Amino acid sequence: MTFDAFDSWWWPFLFILLAGWLATDFWRYLGVYLGGHLAEDSDLLVLVRAVATALVAAVIGNLIVFPSGALADTAVALRIGAAAAGFVAYLFLGRRILVGILAAEAVLATGFLLGP
Amino acid sequence: MTEATDSEAPSARQRRRYFLLGARAGISIPGLILASAFVGFSGLAKDAGFTLVETLFMVAVIWALPAKVVLVGAVMSGASLGAAAFAVALSSVRLMPMVMALVPELRGTRTPRWVLYALSHFVAVTSWVLSMQQLPAVPRELRTTYYAGLALFLMAANMLVVAAVFAVAESLPEPVSAALLLLTPMYFLTSLWGSARERAGHVAMVLGLVLGPVFHVVSPRFDLVAAGVVGGGLAYAFHRLGRRKRTP
Repeated sequence: MTFDAFDSWWWPFLFILLAGWLATDFWRYLGVYLGGHLAEDSDLLVLVRAVATALVAAVIGNLIVFPSGALADTAVALRIGAAAAGFVAYLFLGRRILVGILAAEAVLATGFLLGP
Repeated sequence: MTEATDSEAPSARQRRRYFLLGARAGISIPGLILASAFVGFSGLAKDAGFTLVETLFMVAVIWALPAKVVLVGAVMSGASLGAAAFAVALSSVRLMPMVMALVPELRGTRTPRWVLYALSHFVAVTSWVLSMQQLPAVPRELRTTYYAGLALFLMAANMLVVAAVFAVAESLPEPVSAALLLLTPMYFLTSLWGSARERAGHVAMVLGLVLGPVFHVVSPRFDLVAAGVVGGGLAYAFHRLGRRKRTP
């Protein structure tokens, strides 16, 4: 049962509700329910945060290495170079998210100007 | 700021004032960065074949950006409902400790439980960071009102951003749409590194970045969950080993 499995108008919304709303608000409601019973630095939470971080990082990696649309037409080396440049700029220029984004976009734009 | 004492219920006028103050707190650097991340997300969702209505629906019912990006990524790789839900759930566990940290800040002496459940829906990184910063300066009985103003403003403003991007996306030149699609990975690459609480978070991030594409080649349908569990598990093992070394 994939996102495109059924042709009906309501299937994408049901898919989003089950795979999106339920999968996120479940944790939020559990957070309210548990109140302040779990310590921030407990080992379970370290594991939970590590898995969540690795998973989101995996999405980032895929978006850079296997992108869609217009970004897919660029060279993989250019995309990795742009992302790396943005990340290095972020790390060494005061850890500002905007700086990292702008540096990456600048490298990508340069790549476009120089041609494929 | 007029202090409301803990014993008296705030008036409707005070409530309105603090709702608007909360909304105004959304107009800030983190709010601007969030809007730019939503520009990127809209481009991504449109590219993956989501309609405007479906994308707005995602914003309303999911809200947290990493969860939405994971869902779009799962749909793009043809994941089943179960695999997509599992990936989104794994990526969103962090919402639980965030809510747990926010609730004691948010709760007034008379706040009904349902208000906390309703407001918890709006917990995501940006609204959480902004509210944890601002709430201590807000009178306790007005904090839920303030947070509602902040949360609803951020959601409404970013829905407008989504609609605007969908409206112009077709007519964008190729380099601009490519630049748009680079926004999401760059936003998370930087913000994820900055929000890591311990070294294990950085290890998990580097492992995930590499394992994601590797598992995508091996098994596209389960790439995210596999990379999350393996990368996160290894990072956790690193965390345990590091601690054992320090306490012989």
